[in-house]
Amino acid sequence: MPTPTEAARVGSDAAGSVPYAIEIEGLSKRFGAATVVDDLTLSVPSGSVFGFLGPNGSGKTTTIRMMLGLVRPTAGSVAVLGRAMPQASLSVLPHVGALVEGPAFYPWLSGRRNLGRIDAAGPDGRRADRSARIENALERVGLTAAGDKRYRAYSLGMRQRLAIAATLLRPRRLLVLDEPANGLDPQGTREIRHLVRELAADGTTVFLSSHLLAEVEQVCTHVAVIHLGRLMAQGPLAELGDAGYVKLRVETHDAPLAVAVLTRMGLGSPAVEGSAVVAVLNGHEPDECCRELVLAGVGVRSLTTLRPSLEDTFVALTGEGFDVAG
Amino acid sequence: MLPAELAVVFRRLRTQAVLLVLAAIPVALCVALRLSGGGPEAGEGPRFLDQVTHNGVFAALAGLTVTLPIFLPLGAAVVAGDAIAGEASLGTLRYLLVRPAGRTRLLLVKGLTVAIFCVVAALTVAFAGLIAGAALFPIGAVTTLSGTTVSLGAGTVRALGAALVVGLSLLGLAAIGLFISTLTDAPVGAIAATVAIVIICGVVDTVPQLHALHPWLLTHWWLAFGDLLRTPVRWTDVQRDLVLQLGYVVVFGTAAWARFTTKDVLA
Repeated sequence: MPTPTEAARVGSDAAGSVPYAIEIEGLSKRFGAATVVDDLTLSVPSGSVFGFLGPNGSGKTTTIRMMLGLVRPTAGSVAVLGRAMPQASLSVLPHVGALVEGPAFYPWLSGRRNLGRIDAAGPDGRRADRSARIENALERVGLTAAGDKRYRAYSLGMRQRLAIAATLLRPRRLLVLDEPANGLDPQGTREIRHLVRELAADGTTVFLSSHLLAEVEQVCTHVAVIHLGRLMAQGPLAELGDAGYVKLRVETHDAPLAVAVLTRMGLGSPAVEGSAVVAVLNGHEPDECCRELVLAGVGVRSLTTLRPSLEDTFVALTGEGFDVAG
Repeated sequence: MLPAELAVVFRRLRTQAVLLVLAAIPVALCVALRLSGGGPEAGEGPRFLDQVTHNGVFAALAGLTVTLPIFLPLGAAVVAGDAIAGEASLGTLRYLLVRPAGRTRLLLVKGLTVAIFCVVAALTVAFAGLIAGAALFPIGAVTTLSGTTVSLGAGTVRALGAALVVGLSLLGLAAIGLFISTLTDAPVGAIAATVAIVIICGVVDTVPQLHALHPWLLTHWWLAFGDLLRTPVRWTDVQRDLVLQLGYVVVFGTAAWARFTTKDVLA
């Protein structure tokens, strides 16, 4: 058990005093001959909503397990809230709420009793306040009415909600959510998004692993993409999308002339698509392009920039296809 | 955390079913004796059974004798083998560890819970026997194995003492089950392996050529609980049994700890 002072110290490193809620350096995990996580380096800024993206089997969950002290790294280090894992598990984890690889509870106990069991299993919080904590958590995920049903009778979405309720039993500095929207209906997904924003507004760092790109795009401030256990890209969401792929789309009747002008300016791979010309901006300003086109006598009917969607970036980084990484 | 753990185990239908079966055995024994109109001849059948019709208190002891070879160890194996592997297979293990429960603390609580279950199981047999025996047969002052007589109260205390000794006799097995439970994510495998240990001990115990091993077998001294029914109580074999059990608890408890505190939790 962490001594009360030790746990309190981690707690009083108020959000912000540690620049990175999670710092991963050179992290590797091998199971026998298989390298599941390969020399991964990742920094999750405190206060960010960090999207952790990767196809199935890319090492996301193993990375999360190492962050939470469940699995020992083969090489490298993980620091959570400024302290090394898994050594500091007992003082760090009380400040971390985690949903790992789906919900797991005792089927023969009710939702309420299941939360009571989890609450009783660790430190922090007085026993007298337990039922208040449980009721509050159930209410936040909309399970108050179903709290006395046995877990066995819960639908997939209710199970997922209960697991999220368990992460909300006490105030957290870091929330690790592995595929939180799994099994939820659109309404539930919306609620999760709302919840994540609410928690982030309170200063909680949220580490969100997902393959639902639209979800990540809507709530995350930062993104990392991993593939085959290796980091492909990381950074603020806006920068990741801009990585050299922003395109210019010009609608005109003078396509050949427009192509010539844009090529002369140095835009990348101009191509005619119907009544429009599309080219990679390569750092040029759109207004500059517009002026040059007009000066050259091109009749510009409309001019827009096209940002790649996160999905485009994701596929560009991790490859097409349905093959699960082995 | 211990009360919560006990609630999880004892609220489970499976645990309740095991205890119900254990309670049913001495009751069935008494009903059968009553219906057949008389006990076995003196010295025949399982130990203490011939005494039940004369004094219902002996139903508790006959119940312990009958359940000790199979049913009690089976119950202990179910709870011990399930302790860690069951949490792993449900996935709840990762959430307990992330809570964080602390690996050493969790194992300790698991061990205590299994120990409590063992004692409760043996006491369940004894109480069910006492109640059924008192309901169906006369009860009174207890004639001990040494031929002397002790009061009904003292006899009942000795019968419950015997149950306590039986419960503690299961602890070595419980420790082995707990250790096996840390090796796998499949509770059924852990339970089966633990039961196999009991069977192997039983077999080895019957092979005269292996008699040098006999005093070290988990099950060898299990029937020593009957010595509590002598005057004065003969403690030698009971003591040997309990010391041996303690040895198993220390060895396999340490092994379980070494394994559990270092393993990768992937379930």
